[in-house]
Amino acid sequence: MIQHIIKRLLLLPVLLLIFSIFAFIIIQAPPGDFVTSYIAELASSGSSMDQVQIDALRAQYGLDQPIYTQYGKWMSRILRGDLGVSLDWQKPIKELITERLVLTLIIGLMTFFLSWVLAVPIGIVSAVKKYSLLDYGLTVFNYIGIATPSFLVALIAMWLAFSWFGVSVTGLFSAEFVDAPWSMARVGDLLKHLWLPVLILTLSGTARLARIMRANLLDELNKPYVEMARAKGMSEWKLIMKYPVRVAINPLVSTIGWFLPLIFSGSLVVATVLNLPTIGPMFLRSLTNQDMFLAGAIVLIYCMLAIIGTLISDILLAWLDPRIRMES
Amino acid sequence: MAEPQEPQPSFGQKVLENMQTASAVSYKPMVRVDEDAALAPVGAAQDAEAFYVAPNWKLVWWRFRKHRLAMISGLVMIFITIIALAPDFFATQNPHTTNALESFIPVQRIHFFDERRLSPFVFGATGQRNPKSLRVEWVIDESVKIPVRFFAPGYPYKLLGVIPTNIHLVGVAPTEEQAAAKEAAGSSTAAGPQRISQGLHLMGTDRLGRDQWSRLMFGTRVSLSIGLVAVAVSTILGIFLGGISGYFGGTIDMIVQRTIEILQSLPAIPIWLALSAALPRTWSVEQTYFAITIILALLAWTTLAREIRGRFLTLRDEDFIIAAKLSGCSQQRVIFRHMAPTMSSHIIAAVTLAIPVMIINETFLSFLGLGLRPPAISWGVLLQEAQNLQSIALAPWLLLPGLVVIITVLALNILGDGLRDAADPYTS
Amino acid sequence: MNQPLLSVRNLKTYFHLDEGVVKAVDGVTFDVFPGQVVGIVGESGCGKSVTIKSVLRIVPPPGRLDGGEMLYRPQKQAGYEGLRPDGAIDLATLDERGKQMRALRGSEIALIPQEPMASFSPVHTIGNQLIEAIRLHQPISKQDAWQLAVERMHEVGVPSPEQRMNAYSWELSGGLRQRAMIAMALSCSPSLLIADEPTTAIDVTTQAQVLTLLKGLQASHQMAIIFITHDLGVIAQMADWVVVMYLGRVMEQGPADDIFHNPQHPYTRALLESIPTVHSASRTFLPTIAGSIPHPFNRPPGCPYYPRCVEFMAGACDQRTPALQPIGQRQFVSCFLHHDVADE
Repeated sequence: MIQHIIKRLLLLPVLLLIFSIFAFIIIQAPPGDFVTSYIAELASSGSSMDQVQIDALRAQYGLDQPIYTQYGKWMSRILRGDLGVSLDWQKPIKELITERLVLTLIIGLMTFFLSWVLAVPIGIVSAVKKYSLLDYGLTVFNYIGIATPSFLVALIAMWLAFSWFGVSVTGLFSAEFVDAPWSMARVGDLLKHLWLPVLILTLSGTARLARIMRANLLDELNKPYVEMARAKGMSEWKLIMKYPVRVAINPLVSTIGWFLPLIFSGSLVVATVLNLPTIGPMFLRSLTNQDMFLAGAIVLIYCMLAIIGTLISDILLAWLDPRIRMES
Repeated sequence: MAEPQEPQPSFGQKVLENMQTASAVSYKPMVRVDEDAALAPVGAAQDAEAFYVAPNWKLVWWRFRKHRLAMISGLVMIFITIIALAPDFFATQNPHTTNALESFIPVQRIHFFDERRLSPFVFGATGQRNPKSLRVEWVIDESVKIPVRFFAPGYPYKLLGVIPTNIHLVGVAPTEEQAAAKEAAGSSTAAGPQRISQGLHLMGTDRLGRDQWSRLMFGTRVSLSIGLVAVAVSTILGIFLGGISGYFGGTIDMIVQRTIEILQSLPAIPIWLALSAALPRTWSVEQTYFAITIILALLAWTTLAREIRGRFLTLRDEDFIIAAKLSGCSQQRVIFRHMAPTMSSHIIAAVTLAIPVMIINETFLSFLGLGLRPPAISWGVLLQEAQNLQSIALAPWLLLPGLVVIITVLALNILGDGLRDAADPYTS
Repeated sequence: MNQPLLSVRNLKTYFHLDEGVVKAVDGVTFDVFPGQVVGIVGESGCGKSVTIKSVLRIVPPPGRLDGGEMLYRPQKQAGYEGLRPDGAIDLATLDERGKQMRALRGSEIALIPQEPMASFSPVHTIGNQLIEAIRLHQPISKQDAWQLAVERMHEVGVPSPEQRMNAYSWELSGGLRQRAMIAMALSCSPSLLIADEPTTAIDVTTQAQVLTLLKGLQASHQMAIIFITHDLGVIAQMADWVVVMYLGRVMEQGPADDIFHNPQHPYTRALLESIPTVHSASRTFLPTIAGSIPHPFNRPPGCPYYPRCVEFMAGACDQRTPALQPIGQRQFVSCFLHHDVADE
């Protein structure tokens, strides 16, 4: 068990290295470097730089050096905790994204837990009451949940809220709290706005998980050990919860590996529609404005979150499933 | 479960069939019953016999046919595919034609009966300039009836890119020549402060006065084909890499598996966005189209490759494959004659389930402005018009392409599920 | 002692599918006396497993009890509701998920399943599942239950049972797994043990050991056993009384000696002839039963066996269904060769 986790942890730096190279390639992918786009930006606002300043800027970021040196510099700065400066915002990236990252994590984790809390019972009920009216209803819900892209749900929710109640449901804070320092009132305001994006993101997640849970459980319900438990004289619900549900949960836990990253990165589309102050919309803006250090930093953060998601699912699975635990 | 079982028909007919098949495949003679004599017609043996000797695809089809919802989805997809093949025929006007004066005309629903006579028409729309916003605002005007005809002449085009014609599925009735003339010149007439639109907008018009119905027809072609092409590319990659990985094993398998693992642990959405953002803005519509399909396929082949590898591995140890090898079949024959037919239904099912994922991905990339860009038309590009609350509040019909996305993805998912369930006649 | 522990009378268990009704068990009658080993034998698909699932009332849907009686005489405690004046309780009338039926399952009537591997949960330890079985029916502490479980494991010949308690089923060998299963079945000292092909999933050398063990346990615990198998050799070794089933019906039943030495039904005879013996000449074909079991939806009218029967009498066997009637001293046969009584 511990061996298993250590092996996973040792793999972490390797993955991070690969992912950081990936992120760096993405930063470098657009033609020209960011100084070119910076000059263009300055030019569009009417000011300009002389060649000395440009060269100084290039030298400062090591842009005059070969690409591997540039990567080395970038990486060593990041390892020291310095994510660099956003050109677009003219602020240190760390300062820019801290609060947004926290909000992203809050929304992501709330979505994650809500999806699980809803999906597991839905999956159990529709598997146990297979082909009942309830099962059909839930299956229809699941299909629609999977077929509807979350940004469409967000658009529809936005439209319904506007046409029925005449309210705009965008943002995470009321106007007076947007730039206010953290306080109890601000937290309260946040909670008031948080439920809608979380609910929207939960819809598709719940549908997917419930479908997996139903399929897993249906497989397990026909296993001889369930019949054996019945033959022992256990009560029906008790035995279902103890045996087949317990076994069917394991494959569901292994979905955490892709589900958690999907929530974090998938929320960026919904966040853009609903104009949420999370890292998603900022990432999008950095991409369109070629603010590549910011984009690179955020890609790296998404990669980190993905790795953490996989790690959590691996550890949980090893803890839950003796077969996997013994294997390693 | 190749051994014959007690009849526990708890999972319906499928299990019964399985039992039958299973005993046909490998019958363990418990009381040493002569199985060759089993084919002597006894009772329903003819049915059973047809079942025993049916080829794999027939078994799959029999099982698929029972899945009614999947059959309906199949029909829906055939219909959508026809639209994608000949969007011109279904369009009512050129999807690129803008008309600044006719922006945000609401949906004009076709009424089939005019005073109990079959005579399809739509109500016209009248526009009035809002004195505050200075915008022309359109409302459906029930006093104006515009007759509608099926298979009506409209703008000229080439059906399927070959047959020149000007017949469209629906159009404004051609008898009113003025209407047609006005349609060409910009179809509204100014009557004092009011304008009356003589056009036909089944799904309303957008910000630039383009006909959304016609745009949707063309968007269907692009979105569906991008899904198909991206899946085709990833299937080829998946079959190739998954196949060699599963067949040869060893170091190749190891390398392919590690690559898949790394690619799968990458967060797909940000990577897609970043790669699409890196595409030069100067590229043409076609170049972007292919670049986007490649970007989508780049991360998506891993799932298919895993599926195929898994199938290969399980098949490799199946009795009938070993039997084929032992009876001296060449490697080629084993792969193409024995393995491929058994796998093909699984691959078709997996591919069908991969298409809707691709369609959604293209839609959200374009929706965010990082995928296809105007003048290209795709479902995502269409939905981009509905990106903010102001547009939706003003023109909720701009959300209609979203409904088409949902229907298509739903149909493909149900179809794929039906195929997957039918794909394996030997499991319940 | 002369009262049967379990009397199954005209039991009918049908599976109601969309495509039609499968009569998996269609009028089965037999008795089990205390301490007796009853063997039910038949080809796969003959309904022997469904019969015992019906007794345990664990027939999976869409299967349903559609008639008949299953009178069981509880041996351990009185006080069951619905107990008839003669001290029996009709299992067919109980709610299959109700308290009473659950109190009988595991405690009075225990099951040894066909696949010991799949019948243990893969994510719970053997000990966990044994202790659960014990504590479901006996109000004792976990520690006592642990002790009892270890004793049972020891009794069925599991070496170092304390260690095995913490093991998972997939860590044990096939034979050990079946022994652990037997320990679990015995944990509440049942009066009736139902063994559903307990030796099919384990290899031949271990089979013999398990059979010997069961025989020994049967004697020491004074249990009755219903033993299901398709292996006539096992039946000969184990059973006192043999029930031969075909397509959901009893073809013949009687004491094991009579069935093996004086079979009356053509089907029983055909079954026995298809066993290879050391006395037969080498390189000759083994006699087989012609034809195959009909499709479950298309059972022939009349005697279910007539299409394959060598002594088929046109006009009789394909018209009416023969009833199970006593023949000679202790045997029962349902065949028009021996009597003329038909089921309606």
